[in-house]
Amino acid sequence: LSAPAPRAVNVDLQTDAMLQVDISDALSERDKVKFTVHTKSTLPNFKQNEFSVVRQHEEFIWLHDSFVENEEYAGYIIPPAPPRPDFDASREKLQKLGEGEGSMTKEEFTKMKQELEAEYLAIFKKTVAMHEVFLCRVAAHPVLRKDLNFHVFLEYNQDLSVRGKNKKEKLEDFFKNVVKSADGVLVAGVKDVDDFFEHEKTFLLEYHNRVKDASAKSDRMIRSHKNAADDINRIASSLYTLGTQDSTDLCKYEQMLSLDFTRSCLHKIEARIAADEDLKLADLLKYYLRESQAAKDLLYRRSRALVDYENANKALDKARAKNRDVLQAETSQQLCCHKFEKISESAKQELIDFKTRRVAAFRKNLVELAELELKHAKGNLQLLQGCLGILKGNT
Amino acid sequence: MADADSDDGEDIFVSNSNPVSVSRGVSQPDRVTEEPSDLFSEEEEAASSTAAKANGVHSDDDNDLFADANVELSTDKSGSSARKEPSGPRHASSFTPSPAAMQPTSLEQLEEEEAKDSFDVDVAVTNPEKVGDGMNAYVAYKVSTRTSLPMFRSKVFSVRRRFSDFLGLYEKLSVKQSLHGCIIPPPPEKSVVGMTKVKVGMDDPSSVEFVERRRAALERYLQRVVSHPSLLQDPDVREFLEREDLPRAVNTQALSGAGFLKMINKASDAVNKMTIKMNESDTWFEDKFQEVENEEQQLRKLHVVVDSLVNHRKELCGNTAVFAKSLAMLGNSEDNTALSRALSQLAEVEDKMEQLHQEQAASDFFIFAELLGDYIRLLGAVRGCFDQRMRAWQRWQEAQSTLQKKREAEAKLLWANKPDKLQQAKEEITEWEARVTQYERDFDRIGMTVRKEVLRFEKEKAKDFKSQIIKYLEAMLQSQQRLIKFWEAFLPEAKAIA
Repeated sequence: LSAPAPRAVNVDLQTDAMLQVDISDALSERDKVKFTVHTKSTLPNFKQNEFSVVRQHEEFIWLHDSFVENEEYAGYIIPPAPPRPDFDASREKLQKLGEGEGSMTKEEFTKMKQELEAEYLAIFKKTVAMHEVFLCRVAAHPVLRKDLNFHVFLEYNQDLSVRGKNKKEKLEDFFKNVVKSADGVLVAGVKDVDDFFEHEKTFLLEYHNRVKDASAKSDRMIRSHKNAADDINRIASSLYTLGTQDSTDLCKYEQMLSLDFTRSCLHKIEARIAADEDLKLADLLKYYLRESQAAKDLLYRRSRALVDYENANKALDKARAKNRDVLQAETSQQLCCHKFEKISESAKQELIDFKTRRVAAFRKNLVELAELELKHAKGNLQLLQGCLGILKGNT
Repeated sequence: MADADSDDGEDIFVSNSNPVSVSRGVSQPDRVTEEPSDLFSEEEEAASSTAAKANGVHSDDDNDLFADANVELSTDKSGSSARKEPSGPRHASSFTPSPAAMQPTSLEQLEEEEAKDSFDVDVAVTNPEKVGDGMNAYVAYKVSTRTSLPMFRSKVFSVRRRFSDFLGLYEKLSVKQSLHGCIIPPPPEKSVVGMTKVKVGMDDPSSVEFVERRRAALERYLQRVVSHPSLLQDPDVREFLEREDLPRAVNTQALSGAGFLKMINKASDAVNKMTIKMNESDTWFEDKFQEVENEEQQLRKLHVVVDSLVNHRKELCGNTAVFAKSLAMLGNSEDNTALSRALSQLAEVEDKMEQLHQEQAASDFFIFAELLGDYIRLLGAVRGCFDQRMRAWQRWQEAQSTLQKKREAEAKLLWANKPDKLQQAKEEITEWEARVTQYERDFDRIGMTVRKEVLRFEKEKAKDFKSQIIKYLEAMLQSQQRLIKFWEAFLPEAKAIA
């Protein structure tokens, strides 16, 4: 299953060089997805101006993690990693369909197969989009776009030999996260002198939680809607079968026609509604859930640096008082100070940018959502009117 | 709690609730599109409003209660005679297509006229009111009739009936020999759980829904009864509609614990166990019976899916409401003013969507689920009349075999030369010969009735399903129109984000 090229996002903010990244193709194999990452660039360090490589999900994760672990980038919001491609549910449904093939009519089977395939395709498109957004965000970032690992990722046309984390590493990650969140709590308690950051901390904490809540609830709502839509489709198909197997041939042809119309009408309507909401609202919320987490992580790193700085100050005072290891303490303190100031400086801009980005993204998506809902509702209206016309016409 | 119900002055044909239009009535020029608001919004209001409104709802609408309840009667029964004499070969010339004219008709003409004529017999079941208290309480319904047929005492009249009265009517009709072979519409099922809740109090939404559901079902039941030409002629039906005080029905035992379908199935089993099997010269009956059984199974399966739909819709309602609240919270914590406002607006839109979903759920339920339930029971009734034919055949066969035995006995007596016993034997033979002839005639008559009934049933069923699908789609149409309004109002808010 391969997706058509999604629309490329042109990312050219710097006047010195152009860097445009997109995922031009993707291939879904049994247990992995292969993304074709296509780059167009005038940056001098690339060998060519335009080239493509094939990457898998693990390599994206590797790139993301390399940013997170890089101390130099501590002051930036690291674009959130794309979620793992998950076709399990869809595959399971397709499998169940295959098993149940004997128990339904050929009609029903074909219909359901088409739907499930469409669903699979939709998930596929989404995962491609998520991976692409990640790359584009990196390419748009004035500092990250220059990262060496990023360039290797884009250009090196062999396998990066980055395997997924094994159990041991996953366990390590788990502990790291536990430590980090415990530390985060300690660090969060530290009151910031800077009003801006203090406000941001409070804001982000609440915002993140609410986005998380809204995202989870939108998922649930959409699932219910899909369930209802599935039921409608089954009902419409059954009615069709019932209606067309009647022995009275009085108006059989017209009956068949009108019932078929009804059925496809209902099918389109219900399926569309569920898809609209999914595309726009749920994805938006999910994305900002991850983004707000990345912003929180930035604040954490800054707070961590602040605590380190304050501790280094204390240590320096102590060292001066005892007149021991003063030079060491001074160096250490200077490092901490430098680190903290660097982070603070870029963090402020990052958070302002985050706000701007967020407002713009919400605006775009909400407008598109409203327009899409209107377009489909009007389409549905026409469908229904046509269908009713046919049904009422041949009484 | 119950409003005083006065028949005089008040026009009994004002609409009390829109589900009247859900009932089986053949689709009339759309009454539904007159109202801008959703077809079922009023119904939902009624369903969730207080008891005062649910009991004896006196709406201010001047929508005609009967507008959708017009019923087309088939015209192949003699209009004036109360005899249930079968019509015999269809071209007999005693048909009365309208009360006024008597015209001999051919088969085609008959079918054409069936399509055009409609007797003015409209019935409605309205104003459920709780009577009495505690466990002896019951709900009384107003049964209103509007007719131009001369056999009724007046043109417009109404009576109060309780649920067991409706059951009693069915009981009376189902045992009539003369109606054998007819598809007698089955009444709605008894429900101990539902009724107990109502006895305790009619105020909570589930009780209100139960009463409304039952009211609509009783109405459809009556409409089917009066649209059946033979049943309309029946004095019990007339009595049910007209008589002020109806004696309490006591024979509803058969329908009590078992339910209608269980009763039919029990009877079916009895027929199947009988040892003499029929040799059908005409495969029509066998084939048709098979079709009916298949269809019943399919409808059952469909019913399961519809129930699933109703549940998923209810789930969707709940989840949408919860999501709307969550969005509102998110809007609150958003520090960009315009975005914050837009999110709150979106939350409101989602809230409105929830309402739409609820109405959709009611639509799913009242239109589809009830339709399927009705037809599953109706198909049971169809099976029942096939069984009656079988029993008639068996009775005939048994009579023939008895006659044969009597003749053999006579022959023996002749041989033994016992003149006094011979006389008795001859008398018995005559008697049984008459019976055999009678039973054969009965069998043929029932066979023809069944055929006619089934054809009529199929036509009505196609019409019914079609009209319900139309209603469903119309409700959906209104939904979409409202959806459009919501989103059109929201769009400028979204665009205003900066």
